[in-house]
Amino acid sequence: MSGTVDPTVLNLMVFVLAVFVGYHVIWNVTPALHTPLMSVTNAISSVVIVGAILAAGPSDPDFGSILGVVAVGLAAVNVAGGFLVTQRMLEMFKKKQPKAKGSE
Amino acid sequence: MAPAMSANQITLLYLVASVCFILALKGLSSPTSARRGNAFGIAGMAIAVLTTLAVIAKGRIDLVLLAMVVGGAIGAFVARRVQMTQMPELVAAMHSLVGMAAVLIAIAAVNNPASFGVPDPLPTGNKLELFIGTFVGAITFSGSVIAFGKLAGLGKQFRLFSSAPVVFPGQHMVNLALALVMIGFGAAFFLADDKAWTAFAVMTAIAFVLGVLIIIPIGGADMPVVISMLNSYSGWAAAGIGFSLNNSLLIVAGSLVGSSGAILSYIMCKAMNRSFISVILGGFGAAEGTAAAGTGDKTVRSGSSEDAAFLMANAESVIIVPGYGLAVARAQHAVAEMTEKLIEKGVNVRYAIHPVAGRMPGHMNVLLAEAEVPYDQVFEMDDINGEFGTTDVVLVLGANDVVNPLAYEKGSAIYGMPVLDVHKSRTVLVNKRSMASGYAGLDNPLFYMDKTMMVFGDAKKVVEEIVKAID
Repeated sequence: MSGTVDPTVLNLMVFVLAVFVGYHVIWNVTPALHTPLMSVTNAISSVVIVGAILAAGPSDPDFGSILGVVAVGLAAVNVAGGFLVTQRMLEMFKKKQPKAKGSE
Repeated sequence: MAPAMSANQITLLYLVASVCFILALKGLSSPTSARRGNAFGIAGMAIAVLTTLAVIAKGRIDLVLLAMVVGGAIGAFVARRVQMTQMPELVAAMHSLVGMAAVLIAIAAVNNPASFGVPDPLPTGNKLELFIGTFVGAITFSGSVIAFGKLAGLGKQFRLFSSAPVVFPGQHMVNLALALVMIGFGAAFFLADDKAWTAFAVMTAIAFVLGVLIIIPIGGADMPVVISMLNSYSGWAAAGIGFSLNNSLLIVAGSLVGSSGAILSYIMCKAMNRSFISVILGGFGAAEGTAAAGTGDKTVRSGSSEDAAFLMANAESVIIVPGYGLAVARAQHAVAEMTEKLIEKGVNVRYAIHPVAGRMPGHMNVLLAEAEVPYDQVFEMDDINGEFGTTDVVLVLGANDVVNPLAYEKGSAIYGMPVLDVHKSRTVLVNKRSMASGYAGLDNPLFYMDKTMMVFGDAKKVVEEIVKAID
């Protein structure tokens, strides 16, 4: 055995394991919360903002970094919108425990 | 500041963020843990963003922060203002943003791989992944724009947004041909030694067109599947970008989202008794109204809201079956009030939710939650279907196909579709505006049963009348 592992192979390993984790975690989500699930996954997929920030990063502005800044803006809409709207929905699922008023 | 963090430290922080995302999804297994889950999600995103900002600290951080503030403010504004009935449109719009962001990042990566710490020129493997990330992102973008238009009912303004399927002869062959050409240009980009902008641009342009063509033939009734599918695509696009940038965080987050969307698509297809392929090929609900013909000699029994109120107030158990018609009539709050009154009278009231009751997965649950219906009164189809046989009165509000007993009859168009067994209960009250058939264009024998009483009228008005009559 010699040489280094190609990054693509490592990426593939991460990918396959993450799909497995996703599969098992998602099947456990209660159907009542499938809409919040969609909005929160939306927010999570806007983690592409990380790539956008890197693209916008270089101090010499060029064509690519401008696209990066635009992508940061688009993804930021999703990050804020996705998490906040999820929060708003989940609050609705909370209010309705008339018997447990003291616990808040 | 840039050397303050080593590549190892960055990767470890990304690992923490990835775990937070997994916990965010895990929290959604119950309404009580869901808010904590969302907090994990926010924490994960904050870690990811702050870490990355530290990486580019020497660069043009001012513009990045400005973009984040502007984008974040728009997102926050929309999140606060959106109505729960508009959730499907909002989600579709957000998918399109993820798709577009992925495409822009991919273009930036082709332009200057060094800014991502990837060798310049791009290694062949990264190019392949970039190609995949780009075309999935582009399809997600344009497909979601069309889905948004269909959901927002913009068909009158722009024909491609029509909620009826837009079909033309040879559609699938055109799509297939375009897909092959796109892959051809992708291969050219992949094999070229230099940046190969032309191949990349043509490939991306075709992907944008394909996204439109894939979604236009899909009818309004299949929208729950489409949104779930685009949800999945947006995740795979993020994962594809993660591959090309060797970024594990993007791969993990993208895969979680991708599998989530795929599972939701599967659940929706199953609930509608459609195969995924038949949804994708589209055309469903185009011109199938003929099935409802030939029912002229059957009689329906109709009654007033007062009759309905009397029947429910004197029942021991009532199950309410809400459909999207209820949301259209904005009757959720009236229904919640009616339920409260019935419970005060000692009636056992529960809600039965079909998976496709709303216009996206779980939509009806959110609409009821908004009307402050306690979630322990709300049951999923599989949990409550055995209870109809022992229920006195079922009230069907704005639902049709999901309570159609034809699903049990071989040869009917919806044979095999899982339905709520409303017909097994002692008395059925059905509120509809008219006798028009549902999305599937089928007649519903439930309406002609001896134990069924139709209460015609707008759902909100009828329910409000029932509330008054219960006292």
